Amino acid sequence: MTRYFTEDHEWIEVDGDSATVGITDYAQSQLGDIVFAEVPATGATLKKGGDAAVVESVKAASDVYAPVSGTVIEGNAALEGDPALVNNDPEGEGWFFKITLSDTSELDSLMDAAAYKAFVDGL
Amino acid sequence: MRQPASVAATLERTDMSEEDEFELEPIEILELPLDAWHRGKGARMVEFAGYHMPIQYEGIMAEHIWTRENAGLFDVSHMGQLMLTGDGAAEALEAMVPGDISALKEGKMRYSLLLDEDGGVLDDMMITAVPMGLYVVVNGAVKWDDMGYLREHLPDEITINHMDDRALLALQGPKAVDALKRVVPGVDALYFMEAGSFFWGPKTDPEPLWISRSGYTGEDGFEISVPAAHAKALADQICAQPEVKPIGLGARDSLRLEAGLPLYGHDMNPEFDPVEASAAFAVSKRRRAEGGFFGSDRILNALANGPARKLVGISVDGKMPVREGAPVFAGDTQVGVITSGGFAPSVGAPIAMGYIDAGHNAVGSMLEAEVRGKRVSVTVKSLPFVPHHYHRKGAHT
Repeated sequence: MTRYFTEDHEWIEVDGDSATVGITDYAQSQLGDIVFAEVPATGATLKKGGDAAVVESVKAASDVYAPVSGTVIEGNAALEGDPALVNNDPEGEGWFFKITLSDTSELDSLMDAAAYKAFVDGL
Repeated sequence: MRQPASVAATLERTDMSEEDEFELEPIEILELPLDAWHRGKGARMVEFAGYHMPIQYEGIMAEHIWTRENAGLFDVSHMGQLMLTGDGAAEALEAMVPGDISALKEGKMRYSLLLDEDGGVLDDMMITAVPMGLYVVVNGAVKWDDMGYLREHLPDEITINHMDDRALLALQGPKAVDALKRVVPGVDALYFMEAGSFFWGPKTDPEPLWISRSGYTGEDGFEISVPAAHAKALADQICAQPEVKPIGLGARDSLRLEAGLPLYGHDMNPEFDPVEASAAFAVSKRRRAEGGFFGSDRILNALANGPARKLVGISVDGKMPVREGAPVFAGDTQVGVITSGGFAPSVGAPIAMGYIDAGHNAVGSMLEAEVRGKRVSVTVKSLPFVPHHYHRKGAHT
């Protein structure tokens, strides 16, 4: 399994042709207390860079984009009752959705963990 | 309505309001006297009203709850502290504000509104009668506009002194009085909306502070005007009290929203008159009888016949926040717009305020707001969402 990152602070963990997507620990720490998350419906078709989910802190609403194109297998239903999971375990239990990738070559443009760390350090 | 931005764009956004139209374009972002103090306390700084301001320290939710249960220290030095002096200052100011300012006794303060010539609200402000004249605190984002407007409309013999050599601190919460009376003896004698001068510091070289029992959270508390040179020492001493933590602008916004207090530039602007803004209480009895202030025809008509639309509280079904800019519908007809909204930590649910048309704005009216193309059920609610806990004279405590 390989984990990639976007400049929009999403992470995607790829396992074969399916993947799990969430927002990074850096993103949650900067957004602050998460009070609401809206995840995509099973079967929804996502386009790389398109709107996929919404995360809301006390202050503001933010879009979560699809790091790659694909079809949604599952949204994380636990976030509805406990949006703070995104704060408490952003890169684990606080995942947003799982997708089937339609074009694995789209992963080539994403950052690995070291590159993302360097990107965040430069912000 | 405004669409959400990407997570990255949200993180890059440094202006917490996004609504620039009511703010002067700052040439440079200025530093307030406590800038380094905030950074030393771990604050995350944002640009607000042309200044670097702390939006949060440990987190908005925790800071909000701490203030409701203990005491929070807010730096509101971006606000404009003005001193109006000269014979007849109160009477002259009454041309532009609907309150009975000339009847204000020394040491008493009143919430009022600065009106444009059509009765639209240019700003909301606190006016205190002091021995020198009138001490007026206005919003930071519009203070330069206010000063220009006051200068234009006040007679030349009235002097406007912008006291930009002073910081303004607010200590808010049920334990604010316990903490502050240890630092500044005697402040507990003040009641809500009273103010006075109090000595602070060593007996050999005490510093006079101007302190009022007022605030913007719905809780008991104080606002303290202090010379900028002494602000850090005072903030340190107040924060050393066990009841007190520093609180950022983020919690200030959620606290005031729960308290049903409008935020200028969002819940109030020149489009709306005081009656529409649900601030009819700021139109004093004598002024209603006499009129003679900017927009008095429009305002007195709205008082007599009811406003065409009104700022109201709005509760939201479910957990999804309904934010500023969301349209509000009765069936297919748009009947209003949200002007402030977010998650309310002490309520545990989203809440909002907005302007709703007559016929749909009675308490209990069931409406729908639109968020990202989806409808969410909302209900018109009486304000405040969280009861006020002011230390009023004559009230049982």
